[in-house]
Amino acid sequence: MNSELHVMAVASAGGHWVQLMRLRPAWKGLRVTYVTTDPNFYQVVDQYAESQGEPPPGFHTVVEANRWQKWRLIKQFLGIVFIMARKRPDVVLSTGAAPGYFALRIGRLFGARTIWIDSIANAEELSMSGQRIGKHADLWLTQWEHLAKPEGPEYLGSVL
Amino acid sequence: MIFLTIGTHEPFDRLAKAVDVWIDQTSPKHEIFAQIVSPTSDAYRPRNFETVAHVPPAEYEKRIIQADLIVSHAGMGSILTAFTHGKPIVIMPRRGHLHETRNDHQYTTVKHLKKRAGLFVANDETEFSGVMNKALETIVGDTPPHLSPVADIGFTDAIRNFLLSSNNN
Repeated sequence: MNSELHVMAVASAGGHWVQLMRLRPAWKGLRVTYVTTDPNFYQVVDQYAESQGEPPPGFHTVVEANRWQKWRLIKQFLGIVFIMARKRPDVVLSTGAAPGYFALRIGRLFGARTIWIDSIANAEELSMSGQRIGKHADLWLTQWEHLAKPEGPEYLGSVL
Repeated sequence: MIFLTIGTHEPFDRLAKAVDVWIDQTSPKHEIFAQIVSPTSDAYRPRNFETVAHVPPAEYEKRIIQADLIVSHAGMGSILTAFTHGKPIVIMPRRGHLHETRNDHQYTTVKHLKKRAGLFVANDETEFSGVMNKALETIVGDTPPHLSPVADIGFTDAIRNFLLSSNNN
């Protein structure tokens, strides 16, 4: 019955994506759509799905943008809106950064549950996106036990 | 082969320079393969090795597998990739006050990483050559353990349970 559950897994290229890949057993056997910023990654998830005997995953890209690139951020945001409107996942999950933040905010407007896993690269304070996403995440996680707080984020483990 | 990689997003001249200086000092026998992000006209140009701007995922993995040693910024992507392939890695953190990244998250996160065979940390360029020499001495005939390609099952199961509990709407 869970084969109907549709998970959208979002991460920008680089360390965020590497961490997302380490979490793949969490959605094994479920329908998954990946959203990232590098089209080359399709090969990676497609080959993995084949090796696991699973159908090819959904895969979409948005433009890469850092926080200083306002126009690119707007394009990235609109890209996420467009993908979300078409795909309507049940759950949106992200390890960061900006595309994941947008995806959780927009996904929630479409009724999805949301999971934020703050990057392991933030050992002394949450990422900027990770701090701001807290009240919009149904599951809000840090990967460092000493950063967990009663009001969130929670610590349930790490990718390392 | 030594694989120098400075990550996906921003240049890191200080590390490229440190490698250049180390080569001047030691004339290593290793070939250097260097991935340096989007070289701008004012970027540092290494004297002792060629660079490429971007390495696609399949080639990146091939280079990692071929490498005797990885030299990298302290990005978790590079660190996790080195660990999963059982490769020794020398890391130097980007610093916020030098505008190498947005804040000091690389510097602070490195301090929290557990010691691990094959992980060598140079806090800055003054430590770099010494750490490189130590790393190359240590790795002769001594392969670091492979990290599992996926996270601990306790963690992925906790996320999975949350996903499955979302199925009743």
